[in-house]
Amino acid sequence: MRHLRARVWFLITVAFLLPACSSASPSALRPRGPAAQRIDGLWWFMFWIALGVFCVVIGMLLFGMLRRRKPDSVERGSGETAVVLLGIVAPVIILVTLFVVSIHDLNALSAPAKTNALTVNVIGHDWWWEVRYPQQHVVTANEIHIPTGKPVLLHLSTGDVIHSFWVPQLSEKTDMIPGKINRMLIQADHPGVYRGQCAEFCGLEHARMSFLVIAEAPAQFDAWTAAESQPLAATTGAAARGEKVFLHSTCVSCHAIQGTSASATDGPDLTHFGSRRTIAANTLPNTRGNLAAWIEDPQGIKPGADMPPAVLEPSQLQALLTFVEGLK
Amino acid sequence: MAAIAERLTSIWEETPGLASWLTTVDHKRIGKRYIATAFVFFVLAGLEAMVIRVQLARPDQALVSPDAYNQLFTMHGITMIFLFATPILSGFGNFFVPLMIGARDMAFPRLNAFGYWVFLFAGLFMSFSLIIGKAPTDGWFNYVPFALTHYSPGLNIDFYGLGIIFIGISSTTGAINFIVTIFKMRAPGMSINRMPLFVWAVLSTAFAIVFALPSLTVANVLLELDRKAGFHFYDVSHGGDPILWQHLFWIFGHPDVYIIVLPALGMVSTILPVFSRRPIVAYPYVALSTVAVGIVGFGVWVHHMFATGLPQLSMTFFSAASMMVVIPSGIQMFAWVITIIKGRPVYTVPFLFIIGFIVTFLIGGLTGPMFAAVPFDQQITDSYFVVAHFHYVLFGGAVFPIFGALYYWLPKMTGRLMNERLGKLSFWLIFIGFQVTFFPMHIMGLLGMPRRIYTYQAGLGWDVWNMISSIGSFILAAGVLAFIVDYFFSVRRGRPAGDNPWAADTLEWAISSPPPAYNFESIPHVRSREPLWEQPGLPEEIRRGTAGPVLDEGHATVATSVLDADTEEILEMPGESSWPVVTALGMLVVFSALLVSHLALAAVGLLIMAWGIAGWLWNTGDVTTL
Repeated sequence: MRHLRARVWFLITVAFLLPACSSASPSALRPRGPAAQRIDGLWWFMFWIALGVFCVVIGMLLFGMLRRRKPDSVERGSGETAVVLLGIVAPVIILVTLFVVSIHDLNALSAPAKTNALTVNVIGHDWWWEVRYPQQHVVTANEIHIPTGKPVLLHLSTGDVIHSFWVPQLSEKTDMIPGKINRMLIQADHPGVYRGQCAEFCGLEHARMSFLVIAEAPAQFDAWTAAESQPLAATTGAAARGEKVFLHSTCVSCHAIQGTSASATDGPDLTHFGSRRTIAANTLPNTRGNLAAWIEDPQGIKPGADMPPAVLEPSQLQALLTFVEGLK
Repeated sequence: MAAIAERLTSIWEETPGLASWLTTVDHKRIGKRYIATAFVFFVLAGLEAMVIRVQLARPDQALVSPDAYNQLFTMHGITMIFLFATPILSGFGNFFVPLMIGARDMAFPRLNAFGYWVFLFAGLFMSFSLIIGKAPTDGWFNYVPFALTHYSPGLNIDFYGLGIIFIGISSTTGAINFIVTIFKMRAPGMSINRMPLFVWAVLSTAFAIVFALPSLTVANVLLELDRKAGFHFYDVSHGGDPILWQHLFWIFGHPDVYIIVLPALGMVSTILPVFSRRPIVAYPYVALSTVAVGIVGFGVWVHHMFATGLPQLSMTFFSAASMMVVIPSGIQMFAWVITIIKGRPVYTVPFLFIIGFIVTFLIGGLTGPMFAAVPFDQQITDSYFVVAHFHYVLFGGAVFPIFGALYYWLPKMTGRLMNERLGKLSFWLIFIGFQVTFFPMHIMGLLGMPRRIYTYQAGLGWDVWNMISSIGSFILAAGVLAFIVDYFFSVRRGRPAGDNPWAADTLEWAISSPPPAYNFESIPHVRSREPLWEQPGLPEEIRRGTAGPVLDEGHATVATSVLDADTEEILEMPGESSWPVVTALGMLVVFSALLVSHLALAAVGLLIMAWGIAGWLWNTGDVTTL
């Protein structure tokens, strides 16, 4: 029995550790920023305490179930002292410790009232993320670039219902609530791509509302903002035909491309769409084939999304694809 | 002796036939109905969960549409909480509280019948939404602004808002009835420090319901005013506040966890000593823990909102309160375990379920305080870790004891023992199935999987855990099926139970199985906390009519004082009545009319209600019918 239990616990421990090795998992136990790191520490602190208490109680239970009793012996003692010691005194000590540790961590995580950190405004929409860098004049969507090694201040708000901003490997989550702007710091210590996802139920496509945080060295980050702040350059050939298709279709009623007459803000800004890694809030990789599928049948890919299907001649579609892909 | 039984039977037995099916006020018949109806809802909600698990078994599946998925997970939660857990515990309370305290009925028998009908009608009202494909889609906590008309047109959310107000009426009447029954109807001598712990738990729960439900009702009244009458309580663009909903909801929502778990813990404290063959250790601490949970439970709701961006000071306060609420549960946990250590355990099926409860609830109790640690909560809230945690608490804390209680008390209710082998099979399937289904969810949550998603991408480390969990759910379902088979087999072919098959200590085991209409031939005088253990002659005295007052002159029972249970007066009890069902039907008409915004029909419903209430108050005689 005891042997089996040891084996079970070994398996459980392995079970926790194994997926932590899979590189694509947005695991909170594979922290890549100071906040997530701190929470990871808090988790393991609580985990070992919980495991200890579990073993004590289960040990007592097994003892009670398995011990031999003399045929006619009568148990003496009320057992009240044991209940008071184990059920009140011990928990109070453990909980006070946990309270002190967790409040200490809470203070460490909170964003200071004044900071000159890079500010990014993230606005949740059904079902995508609008991302604005007010100081750099960059607008993008579903992808947040940050420089490594520096805290970045997020201003989190929503354009419709409540969403929740969550990148488990970097930091805790914060809700985006109508009428409020919540502040939160995130920081990545190493370059990498970290998956985030909406954590508050927000309707039909709550499941397909994720995004990527792309952490890169400060120099690379600066290059990225410099490129992203540029409006569209003049187009030629197929791309120019595609631009015409774009500007004369329903696309412009929701999307903006800086440097053209398209300036609607209901959908993601597409000025540098070609440089993004995914389509439809991290639903599909950004490839020409996926883009074609998305433009022609968005409701088949993400039922309920606001994007209507575009009815285009094949040649028009090809030109449009060339144009949109070229928006680097 | 036989003469007493005959006379009491002629006074208490209800007229047989369909009419009495509608007009019964017998707490035992009503209790059975609650349990049976709630169990049907349990099976329905379980089937909804099975669809969810099949959909999530593998990444990117499209077994159901996102809309259907959202309806299913919402109905699963609402049904389990409002139509299964609360009512089935109410059912056990209805059947057993009067028997355990030596009374002949609940304090307000007609209100009791009314409560059942409202529960049934509200349950049908809400379930109807799923049949027409318009079930609520915003989860059981129904956050605004998603629940407002702009984002959720259609009737879906109205089924929620109105249905919750509707069923709240049932819970409230039930709670008031339990409070008065427990305070005033205990057999002479059953002072408050001799009450069975299940009765303590039902009492605390009833108070929690009375204080928690108004908040939920207000939340939903404001919601329906926003949706149906153009108000803006929750609408930011007109000065409303969506956070208001969250506060109102969770002021109810967190105590509701205790409303579900407390009576189940009371069952454990009642059943566990019977099979440990000794009184429970530290009875006063356990009784007071029950009360403490009921009170402290009201100070912790904000831990559901730690990610909303509240000021740090208020988070600190609610973090401390949320940790404090662990202590009363810890006291009970050690009282149970030490009772087993000091006792001589007998491994019957009910006891197996109690042990399953201890293991499962322990794990849920250990992950609980983690949510009081604010930074961890902010990381893990709304992830599958939460889904794992609350299933360990609610399934572990309530469903295991409920199955234990079914195996323990069904013999009293049906007169027949359940089958031990099928029972053991059922236990092991449910226990293993549960752990396999829900333990991996802790891991999924830590791996970043949010709750309430209808699908997920492959390769995020979630695939294998979801598959394991889905397999577990089938094992669990097989266990429930084994129980159902066992029930239908035993109710026909089971061995006769006899009065007290478990050699238990509480009063319900002093009388025959199933109990006669009048419960006790004579109202016993209670001299200890474990009457049947300390007063072995009591069943015989009750039967012979020498245990206390017989009251065979009319439809009557004894009322006693609140603390010491000294006899105060003889209460004349009402008999069968058709007015409760009429009043409840009127309410169903009102709520259905409000659903479709048909005010004239609502007025008709109000008239039916007025007629029902007038008839109810007019006729105070023994048998009141249309």
